[in-house]
Amino acid sequence: MANGDRLVQHLLRRAGFGASSDEWAAYSALSYPQAVDRLINYAAIADSVDSNIGRAGYIGTTSRGAFSPNTVIDDARQRWLFRMIHTDRPLQERMTLFWHNYFATGFSKVAGKVKGENATRLMAAKASEDPTRQRGQIELFRDSALGSLRDLLVAVAKDPAMLIWLDGDTNTKAKPQENFGRELMELFSRGVGFYTEDDVYAAARVFTGWNLSVTGDPGDPSASFAFVYNANQHEVSAKTFSFPIYGDGGRTIPARPAASGMQDGIDLITALSMHQETARRLATKLYSFFVSETVAADPAFIDTLATVYLQNGTAILPVLQRLFLSPQFQDEAIFLTRYSWPVEFVVRAIKETGWTGFTTGAVLSPLVNMGQHLFDPPDVAGWNLGQGWFSTGAMLTRMNFGATLAENQKFNLARSAAVARTSARAVLDYLLTRLTPDLEPAVYADLLAYASAGITWTGTDAQLQTKAPGLVHLILGSSEYQFI
Amino acid sequence: MVITRRAFMKNGVAAFTVTMTAPAFLTDLARAQGASSNRSLIVLDLSGGNDGLSLLVPYTDSFYYSRRPTLAIPAGQVLQVGSDSSGKPLGLHPKLAGLKDIFNQGRLAFIQRAGYENSSRSHFTGTDIWEAANPSNTQGFGWLGRYLASLTPPLDPLVAWNTTGDTPLALLSSVSVASIPSVTSYAFSSPNGGSEATRERAAAVSIASHVPVDRPHLAFVATTAQAAMATLDRVAAVGAYAPSVTYPNTGFGQALQAVAGAMAKGTGTRVFWVRTGGFDTHASQETTAESGAYVRLMVALNDGLSALYNDLKNLSLLNDTLLLSFSEFGRRVPENGSRGTDHGAASVMIAMGGGVRGGLYGTAPSLNPDGQNATLENNGNDVRYETDFRSVYARVIDNWLSGDSVSVLGGNFRKPGLDFV
Repeated sequence: MANGDRLVQHLLRRAGFGASSDEWAAYSALSYPQAVDRLINYAAIADSVDSNIGRAGYIGTTSRGAFSPNTVIDDARQRWLFRMIHTDRPLQERMTLFWHNYFATGFSKVAGKVKGENATRLMAAKASEDPTRQRGQIELFRDSALGSLRDLLVAVAKDPAMLIWLDGDTNTKAKPQENFGRELMELFSRGVGFYTEDDVYAAARVFTGWNLSVTGDPGDPSASFAFVYNANQHEVSAKTFSFPIYGDGGRTIPARPAASGMQDGIDLITALSMHQETARRLATKLYSFFVSETVAADPAFIDTLATVYLQNGTAILPVLQRLFLSPQFQDEAIFLTRYSWPVEFVVRAIKETGWTGFTTGAVLSPLVNMGQHLFDPPDVAGWNLGQGWFSTGAMLTRMNFGATLAENQKFNLARSAAVARTSARAVLDYLLTRLTPDLEPAVYADLLAYASAGITWTGTDAQLQTKAPGLVHLILGSSEYQFI
Repeated sequence: MVITRRAFMKNGVAAFTVTMTAPAFLTDLARAQGASSNRSLIVLDLSGGNDGLSLLVPYTDSFYYSRRPTLAIPAGQVLQVGSDSSGKPLGLHPKLAGLKDIFNQGRLAFIQRAGYENSSRSHFTGTDIWEAANPSNTQGFGWLGRYLASLTPPLDPLVAWNTTGDTPLALLSSVSVASIPSVTSYAFSSPNGGSEATRERAAAVSIASHVPVDRPHLAFVATTAQAAMATLDRVAAVGAYAPSVTYPNTGFGQALQAVAGAMAKGTGTRVFWVRTGGFDTHASQETTAESGAYVRLMVALNDGLSALYNDLKNLSLLNDTLLLSFSEFGRRVPENGSRGTDHGAASVMIAMGGGVRGGLYGTAPSLNPDGQNATLENNGNDVRYETDFRSVYARVIDNWLSGDSVSVLGGNFRKPGLDFV
């Protein structure tokens, strides 16, 4: 395979979820900068993927009753997986996943407060699916995937699911609630070590009155939810921080009448989003996500990305453009070296193996056992990435998912591998053009030995139907395949 | 007065175990100490913030009743367990009859007011602090992970057995830790059947055996895969374990059964991790109503731990077992407006096992809201810690696991008199 092809494959694994044969055919006709451009400027590509749910030629879904992704959380999970597999805007879904981990909000807590159906709406409904056109949190992330962090932070501070998750709904002037204010600085902007406990108290007061308005019984499906600024619950005194809030270096948000007190929060978020610490922290997170989590970033590269972020009014799109076109991202040494997240592993496996006759429902419980329950991250700090994904139980689940998928695709695999039926090695090599791990030679030798183990190779359909799925299972379960 | 262990036993244990002529656990202790290599530690995470005041009730404290008008458990319902060293009478939640039996046998200890300075009221931070055993820095490996890393290699892949899906911070380590959320699904499946499946498994074992030294991250995953393949058969044997008692048919009950099964089948596991949740009782805590939220929590705890205790006793494995429970924080003293309790500070820890010196360790708080009351903090609203939780860990590391708590915990937290094991 040509070097240019390997580079675009790398791009699709990192900026997307790997490529199906059709996608690969489309992208392999593009130069690398063209491929970057197509991934980044996805706004030009129609977002019609959801209309394909239930159609022939696409992965299926499994529900008890009618598929209802705005009221049943497992259906919402399946819709998202469907999007990851079939979207023409893979970078948008990937950044949605990034933000889901960045603002890690747990369905369970939200459901504890407003019951499962309403919690599903708050997490995952499209605006068009909600009676008051309140979009779910994941739709916010999707809409803002490459937009400005400042605007996203403001929207997140008003997001009903977030208001429940970090207790903003109980933030009143008599009892300022510190949870959101703390995480805003610790996890969403400056980072640990770059704020004080006094900053936390001040931030809690800043957001007093940023509450949740519930119309109706919160547990009843007829209820509606919206952000509300309760002026009479806002604590109006001045708030001083250990870092600058205003362009002139001023550190104090002035006392304001309650009616205009909502501006406190806007001022704080705007300031935080423009801080050097926030820019560098976000740049480092994007570097880890897209480039490498095992090779420390060159500080100068982080500075470059941070500068692009600040010069573009906290917009993410130009940062990613710079990142994908950088020599650091294109360095062959980092190809296939990033520990895959469970959803990345699963979606790539499906795209590379095939899906006709398979269903997203078969992915749900394996994902839980691999450690990534979508919409239910373990805590506000998100999932434990990298090596944290790889316990023995999780590794076995990955292997076993490979077995489930390979068995399901047995006949499809045998049919397509028939082009290489002349020898066991040809079948293996064919499968390795679809599945793309960076195999150790000893592993390749083991696969080859397995391909003809117990039989004399004749290339019959029966042999293909046994060995092709067997090989795919072993490849998907190999250590190499766990890296993207 | 200095409370010696002997005096403590007299006041705390013997006072109500009137039929016990000589503490049976002394002989058991001697046995347990002679066979340290088979010892297991089971750490139980009561996730959500357990309300210690409803588990171990200060039923003679009038402020308990005045500050918890709907949640206080009537004095007549608690299961009395005698008085602590401060002379305060205490009683177990009425649903903890099984634990009361174990307490009477001298195998159950309560460590009161365990916690730390400036207790975090955040679930996440609080859990991380307890699991890292460091209130100021929760980065890096957990306390059990650091203990495991201190053992002499090579270590068996089943040296630690996590019954939850995700690896808790406490077990993060340089050592590979087995996560086995379900013994029955911890198996190798194959798209083919019969002898072809056997060939696939042989190939998978061989594939996992290649650990490339020049690709450390690939080597890490390969090592994990290798450990998974190497433990399949032994975990399957645990799955076939037929317990001598019936465990509750809940995730918690099944996790405890797997622990007993692993011990029965001799997996050599030193550290088990079990979690049960639901303790975040902000609203409708219902400590006494039949099927009330806290009642159900106590029933689950009592039934699970009683089953484990009796099963291990029948297997003669009690002397190899120490169970230690913790929770990320206790709950507020006064109940809130929703008949629940909010996040608090110090709480009670439970130690159970054949080597445990049963009794009530530490002293109960006075619930008097007076600002001068040194047993409370946060303006008299939360229980202030008396015993640093790391002192409890230190005792377990030094005296049960034969480790060195100073190096594992990064400091000397040993506390004289805290000799529950």
